[in-house]
Amino acid sequence: MSEIRIITGNEAAALAVTLCEPKVVAAYPITPQTKISELLSMYVETGTLKAEYVRVESEHSALTVLISASTVGARVFTATSSNGLLYMHEQLHWAAGSRLPIVMCCVNRGVGAPWSIFNDQQDSMSQRDTGWIQLYCRDNQEIIDTVIQAYRIAEQVYIPTMVCYDGFVLSHTMMPVEIPEAAQVKNFLPPYRPHTFLDPERPRTINPVFFPWRRENAEGVLCDGYMEMRYKLQRDFDTSLEVIEDVNVQYTDLFGRNYGGLIWEYQTGDADIFVTGMGSIAQEATLAVDALREEGIKIGVVGIRSFRPFPKEKLIHAFSRARIIIVFQKAISYGNEGGLSTEVKAALYGSGIDAPVHDYIAGLGGRDVKTRELIAAIRDTLERSGGGDCKNKTTWLNCHRG
Amino acid sequence: MIKQDENISGICTPAIGEAGKTGDWSDVKPAIDHSKCTPAVKGKAACFLCWLYCPEGVVHMTIPVQIDLDYCKGCGICAEECPPNAITMVRKEDMNE
Ligand code: SF4
Ligand code: SF4
Repeated sequence: MSEIRIITGNEAAALAVTLCEPKVVAAYPITPQTKISELLSMYVETGTLKAEYVRVESEHSALTVLISASTVGARVFTATSSNGLLYMHEQLHWAAGSRLPIVMCCVNRGVGAPWSIFNDQQDSMSQRDTGWIQLYCRDNQEIIDTVIQAYRIAEQVYIPTMVCYDGFVLSHTMMPVEIPEAAQVKNFLPPYRPHTFLDPERPRTINPVFFPWRRENAEGVLCDGYMEMRYKLQRDFDTSLEVIEDVNVQYTDLFGRNYGGLIWEYQTGDADIFVTGMGSIAQEATLAVDALREEGIKIGVVGIRSFRPFPKEKLIHAFSRARIIIVFQKAISYGNEGGLSTEVKAALYGSGIDAPVHDYIAGLGGRDVKTRELIAAIRDTLERSGGGDCKNKTTWLNCHRG
Repeated sequence: MIKQDENISGICTPAIGEAGKTGDWSDVKPAIDHSKCTPAVKGKAACFLCWLYCPEGVVHMTIPVQIDLDYCKGCGICAEECPPNAITMVRKEDMNE
C-alpha cells in the first residue's frame, strides 16, 4: 500500500527525487526553492538518499557540477528559482547541447529587478530556447509524479528536463499526496545509461570546437558540423512529444494517476469557449469553469503541461470546436504580449481554427488571482467578443494602469 | 566509404589536430638555419627557446631542432625569440621542401 501524506510541493519534489535515487545533487539555496535543497541535504546526511551532495557557491556552479556528473554517467538533480535560474542560463544551453538528461525543479518566482520573491512564470518561460523540456504542474501530487516521469523522459531522449511549479502557491502549500512505492518507482525507472560511456582506457574529448561544415576527424570518420548537432536536438524534441505521452500512459498503468501527457482537458466535451494556461492558474480556471457552467455557458479548460516541446497537434485537436480562446498567463514577453498566447496563436495558424485568442497577463510577482476574478475576466471577454472587439488586445488582470 | 559519426553530442577521440591539419591556415613558415642554431652548432641539448615559446607545441627538442609544419600556424614567435636569429619566416610558396 502506498502512503498518503499531507505535504508541501517542495516536500513532494524532494521525496520524488529520493525515490529516483540520483547519485549527485548540487543546489544553491533561493526562495522559494530552498526547502528542496535543505531536505535533500538532510536525506543525504541521514543516509536516506545515497548520493553525493555538492555544496556550491552559485547556481551556475550547481548546474556545472551536474553537467560533469551526468557526463560520467550519474543520475543528477538540482532545483532553483527566478534569478538563480537566470544565473544558470549559459549552462542550461551547455547541458542541452551536451544531451545530458539532467532533471531540475524550477519553483516559479518573479524575476528581479525590482526584487520579488513571489510567484510568476517569467523565470522558466524566459528560458524557452535553451533546449530543455519544460513541464508545468497543477498540484503537489502532480509534482511528485512529474519529477519521476521527468527522469524517464529525459533519459529516453537525452534532453534535460525542467519540472516547473508555482512558488508558494504550490511550493509552500500543504496538500494530501500519495507517495509512490519505492519498488514500483524502480520498476518504472530503469537505471540511467549515458549516451556515451566514458572510460579512462578510451579517452574522449568532449565538446571541442565545431565547424560550420561537416568534416572528417583525425581517424577519417565523417563528423557532423554545428548545424547538424542543432538539428539532432530539434529532431529529438519532436520524438519527445511521443515519449511524454507514452511515459504518461505507462505511469497511469502503474500508479493509476493520469495527467494527460502533453495537455489535460477539463469539461471540454461540449465546450466552444476554452480557457488555457499552465500550472496552478489553469487549475484555478477549472473552478471558474464550474461556476460559469452553472449558468449554461459551454466552457472548458485546456491545461498546457508541456511548454517545450509545444504540443501543437494536440492543441489543434483540443481547440477544434473553439469559438473563443482565453489565455491566462503569469509572464510577459515585453514588446509583444504574453508568450503563451503567441505560442497558441502560432500553433493554430493554418489549422482552420480562427477563434480569437484573448491574451491575459495575470498574477505577476505573486499578485493574487482569485476564481471570481477569472470569472469576471471571462465574462468581460465574452461580452467584448459579442461586439467583435477582441483581437490582439492584452489585458492586465488586477493591475492599476491609471 | 567514409564512416559516419553518429554522436548526438560533441564527443570525439582525442587526436593531434581534431580540426584537421591546422597548418594550412598560415601564409608563412619558419625555416631554421642549422648552421646558426645553438643545439646543432654545439651538438648537444641547449637553448630550445623556440620549443619553449611556440604556442602550438609543434617544435621538437631534437638535434637538429624539428618543427611539425602540418600544425605550425606561422605566427613567427619562434623566429622573434631565437637568440642567434637562426629562424626566418618564409612565404609558403617560396619554400623549397
Ligand atoms: S611559427 Fe609559431 S607555431 Fe610555428 S613553430 Fe614558430 S612559434 Fe610555433
Ligand atoms: S631558439 Fe633558435 S637557436 Fe635556440 S634552439 Fe630554437 S632555433 Fe635553435
